[in-house]
Amino acid sequence: MKTLWKNLKEMPLSARIGLAIVVVNLLGGALAPLVAPYGENFIAGDFWEPASSRFLLGTDQLGRDMLSRLLYGARNTISVALITTFLAFSSGMILGSLAVVKGGWVDQIFSRVVDVLMAFPTLILALIVISVMGTNTYVLVLTIALIAFTRVFRLSRALAMDVEVMEFVEAARLRGEGSTWIIAREIIPNIIPPLIAEFGLRFCFVFLFISSLSFLGLGLQPPTADWGSMVRENADAISYGYLIPLFPAAAIAILTVGVNLVVDHLLNKAAGNVHGDM
Amino acid sequence: MNDIILDIKDIEVEAGNVGEKQITIVDKVDLTLRKGEVIGLIGESGAGKSTLGLTVMGYCRPGCRITSGSIQFRGHDLMNASPKEMRELRGVKIAYVAQSAAASFNPAHKLIEQFVEGPHQHGIMTARDAGKKCIDLYGKLKMPQPEVIAYRFPHQVSGGQLQRSMVAMAMACNPDIIIFDEPTTALDVTTQIEVLATIKDVIRQFGMAGVYITHDLAVVAQVADRIKVMRYGKEVEEDTTENIINHPSQDYTRELLASRSLVRDRQVDNIEDDILLSVEHVSAGYKRGEKILNDVSVTVKKAQTVAVVGESGSGKSTLARVITGLLPAWEGNIIFDHKRRDPDIKQRYRSTLKRMQMIYQMPDTALNPTQKIETILGRPLTFYLNMKGAARRKRVEELLDMIELPKNYINRYPNQLSGGEKQRICIARSIAAEPELVICDEVTSALDQIVAAGILRLLQKLQNELKLSYLFITHDLDTVKAVADEVVVMLNGRVVESGLKDDIIHHPQHEYTKRLLDSVPLMDPTWLDKRLASRVELIAD
Repeated sequence: MKTLWKNLKEMPLSARIGLAIVVVNLLGGALAPLVAPYGENFIAGDFWEPASSRFLLGTDQLGRDMLSRLLYGARNTISVALITTFLAFSSGMILGSLAVVKGGWVDQIFSRVVDVLMAFPTLILALIVISVMGTNTYVLVLTIALIAFTRVFRLSRALAMDVEVMEFVEAARLRGEGSTWIIAREIIPNIIPPLIAEFGLRFCFVFLFISSLSFLGLGLQPPTADWGSMVRENADAISYGYLIPLFPAAAIAILTVGVNLVVDHLLNKAAGNVHGDM
Repeated sequence: MNDIILDIKDIEVEAGNVGEKQITIVDKVDLTLRKGEVIGLIGESGAGKSTLGLTVMGYCRPGCRITSGSIQFRGHDLMNASPKEMRELRGVKIAYVAQSAAASFNPAHKLIEQFVEGPHQHGIMTARDAGKKCIDLYGKLKMPQPEVIAYRFPHQVSGGQLQRSMVAMAMACNPDIIIFDEPTTALDVTTQIEVLATIKDVIRQFGMAGVYITHDLAVVAQVADRIKVMRYGKEVEEDTTENIINHPSQDYTRELLASRSLVRDRQVDNIEDDILLSVEHVSAGYKRGEKILNDVSVTVKKAQTVAVVGESGSGKSTLARVITGLLPAWEGNIIFDHKRRDPDIKQRYRSTLKRMQMIYQMPDTALNPTQKIETILGRPLTFYLNMKGAARRKRVEELLDMIELPKNYINRYPNQLSGGEKQRICIARSIAAEPELVICDEVTSALDQIVAAGILRLLQKLQNELKLSYLFITHDLDTVKAVADEVVVMLNGRVVESGLKDDIIHHPQHEYTKRLLDSVPLMDPTWLDKRLASRVELIAD
């Protein structure tokens, strides 16, 4: 706890701002049922009402309170993005290390499959899979996780290759350790710091990707509140001079910037560690 | 005394970021240099000798600052010189020769192009004249076929030739002072002698002054007129080479001198005639058709130390990989305790692996930085001996005791230890398995002399206590003299000579062994001259 506080005090201003944004978003999402003035799908007023004391950010195309929708949207979009990123990372990290430790044909199979997957434009790949498998949340999560996995796999593999040539890994081999120990105890702990930074970055991409899919109507399905689909649903309002669609768009932008500020800080720290006292 | 060309007084260099705690790297040191004189700066890593060497140019590395003192060079005050004045001095009047020539040359340009660049940029010579001077200097530095070598790329010449062409580059503008920063440390002994001879020759011929930085007293004794011993950024003592070698006044200097003359201390009655490891006619390599090892045979008896000596590329580390099975042998047998063992580590039993352990050259990369000492030492205990919980912890503490480290190190991470302590942990990890054979791959090369001597003493102590056999791979003949019972000399993947240590050292049979032994500098300032007089052909490479 003490070190956490110390880290916080040593953070540059930009990282602190980023962290504040992330924390506010997480809290907002987690506490949505408690803090939101209206329910997720409660039609509280007329459509596209301007901001007022009753509706702090106005209402959407069906007359639902925009602030409440944003809070619930944070809950849905962020949790789906987190689960997806987490899936991509755990599988990418383990399989990337496994490819390095096993080498030979194991490495070849994994790497070539990943190459093939990466050869498709991501959005088109996602559109094909989702339109074939149907638009439910599980398919969405697994599809995006698969796409993010390919990137994490390549990065983990590259990092693990640097660690694998170290003598402490050879010492473990010499001892007769199996792949599980070598991956879990010798390699993964040493590739975690740069991967944490990548986690933040990848989270942003996944988050934006879900929003893009929702915008296209293939992401989280209505009436679930989701920032991407909220932009689309209210897009027409812009022609009438209403600001409504800009709120979910701004929420996406602000959270992305916030996460990136934190990630930048982590990246700097990871880079510093390489040159400093290891 | 008008011939003083450089006068550094009370120089102080600090490092550290602004606002953080400052570390003093060089602490109030004086340095004077007369025309034609060479001063040797000696000390272990972190002694501040390189930093002091660089201040001669009025320069310090990024992150460091010269905080006080004065540097006078022939009427120039280098502390307050303008960037323009500095540019005119550096590389022209004061030149620098770095440790690793391979890293200092641009691989994309020919040697002569890189030579010409300096004098041409400074407007001292035309490119044409500089080119002529290059070939001329290469000739004076006794490079074979100067006009051919000059037009080669850096990767096309040998390490020794590259280091010599760097010396030539430093001399391009006829400087008053050349700073040599460990110019022979990265070279094999037989190459080192050539470069040393070149440097000595150059200084004598051209009458320039030099600052020679090294950690090796025997090397500096060959070239320096005076020696300054440094430790922790401070001067320990300064005297003529003769006095430092024969009558050192400080304990630290005495310790440095003593660390080179370690003797084998062992109970002779321990030696049994029973053979533990026998490598029979082994050939192996990494690529098909490219044999790194060629028909190599080595035997190690129980409780005996066999040293495998050779220069870089002789295949000695590959031999270790073949014995352990990391690199399966193509031909030949590996017989351990009278049984033939599978050439591939994956096919060997855990009980076989337990009996054969290894210690590496770089303790920094041989320990996982994310594991505590308890895990590092405890894992082999659990893995081989099925020890767990309190018993395991107790045994780890015992191991720490055996390697002369405090018990509370159990909760530390490797980056909280010094290089020597890390190497001790590596030793503990290998003996934790209770092995019979320990393969030591250049275990002292990355350490300072005094620390290295401590490690060698520890290995001997453990050998006496645990009746271990060592296969000791090294390029350093002093280490061989200190630890070995038998010696195997390797060259280009073959064993050229093997036998009892005293026979090999005093009566070498093979030409190469003789040359190797002849190239090791002795603690005698006249050694190089004598050597050169007796073996002129050496310099011709």
